[in-house]
Amino acid sequence: MHPLRKSRPLRRVVLASAGTVSAFVLLLSLKPHDLPEVTAAPAPAPSSSASASGGSGGSGSSGSGSTGSGSGGTGSGGSGASGTRTVTGESVQTRWGPVQVRVTVADGKLTDVTAVAYPQDNPRDQQINSSALPELRSEALRAQSADIDTVSGATYTSDGYRESLQSALDAAGL
Amino acid sequence: MGTVFSFDVRGGESGAVRRALDAAVAGLHRVDEVFSTYREDSEVSRLARGELAVADCAPEVAEVLELGARAERASDGWFSLRYQGRIDPTGIVKGWAAERAARLLAEVPGVCGVSVNGGGDVQLLGVPAPGRPWRVGVADPLRPGGLAAVISAAGVSELAVATSGTAERGAHIVDPRTGRSAVTDLVAVTVVAPRLTWADCWATAAFAMGSRAGLTWLDTLPDTEALLITAGDEVRCTGGLAARLG
Repeated sequence: MHPLRKSRPLRRVVLASAGTVSAFVLLLSLKPHDLPEVTAAPAPAPSSSASASGGSGGSGSSGSGSTGSGSGGTGSGGSGASGTRTVTGESVQTRWGPVQVRVTVADGKLTDVTAVAYPQDNPRDQQINSSALPELRSEALRAQSADIDTVSGATYTSDGYRESLQSALDAAGL
Repeated sequence: MGTVFSFDVRGGESGAVRRALDAAVAGLHRVDEVFSTYREDSEVSRLARGELAVADCAPEVAEVLELGARAERASDGWFSLRYQGRIDPTGIVKGWAAERAARLLAEVPGVCGVSVNGGGDVQLLGVPAPGRPWRVGVADPLRPGGLAAVISAAGVSELAVATSGTAERGAHIVDPRTGRSAVTDLVAVTVVAPRLTWADCWATAAFAMGSRAGLTWLDTLPDTEALLITAGDEVRCTGGLAARLG
């Protein structure tokens, strides 16, 4: 328990109304009402997940944060907007190795997130994949219940996971 | 350093939305080419070296410099267009460019709502769906993955949420008076205002001011609310922020 937790009445109020404590920066995708079919593989590069290097300051690149996902995920078993289907995000290169996630969507809701590729070459990587990935998964699932559209002041941790997940969500039309 | 921009466009015909998105993205790349201080050959780099006059640059350069000058005056110099003595509009360009991209997308017929997120700074226009406002989580800088607040755009047609802080990319805000990293008791400032151009500038300026002076100053700005989080994990906010919490 954080020692100052008791001195944050505003935050408690806010969180009570938000309905959930933890959310993750995921729902940042184009959501046109008439999304293209996602079953085509490879999907055409969706401008939905378009990214651009902007004019912000800083030096060099950090992790994979400086480039966005430019190509779409690929889907399988798609059957329109209903039913269950899985969509695999693009493989995102991070400084530790490629990260790729797959999402499962049922009736338009995100029901599962799994990492199909992640760095596991050394003990540190294995530690990450044993603790961080399940945590990221639960954050992704909770973000949906937070009922928010986007996040300001996002942290850049877990970039690769997030980018791959975003491309999968883009392709899934979520 | 690059920034990821994400676009969320609701309504409109798919092809028209995609064409507008392509134009918006091309516009951002163009902004990067013109304004990047990390490209030796950008117009702004050449301007800073005295090789170009403002009149020789793309018209956006004069526009941004004028906006930046207004921000400098409104913030009593806490927002600055200069870095180490050289002209550097980096602090205003991202917010200005994201806002411009959002307005471009909103012009597509049938579009009811646009959200553009440029590296954690958000411009919202319209609504995501009839009867539902845009809702923006404010990342909790001290608890990765958590939210410090949720801001709602209920009742307004445009709203921007910009956050400056140390959590995202390490210390990157310079105190214009010392030229060094800002000495501040804050870890994040989130500003809520109609236009991202200003929200972004005000968040940067208030972060450098620190919590006491920053909050006092932000309370004087019209149509502007803010949430400040200190290194001691205290949350302070402007008088009218409660009305924007969703």
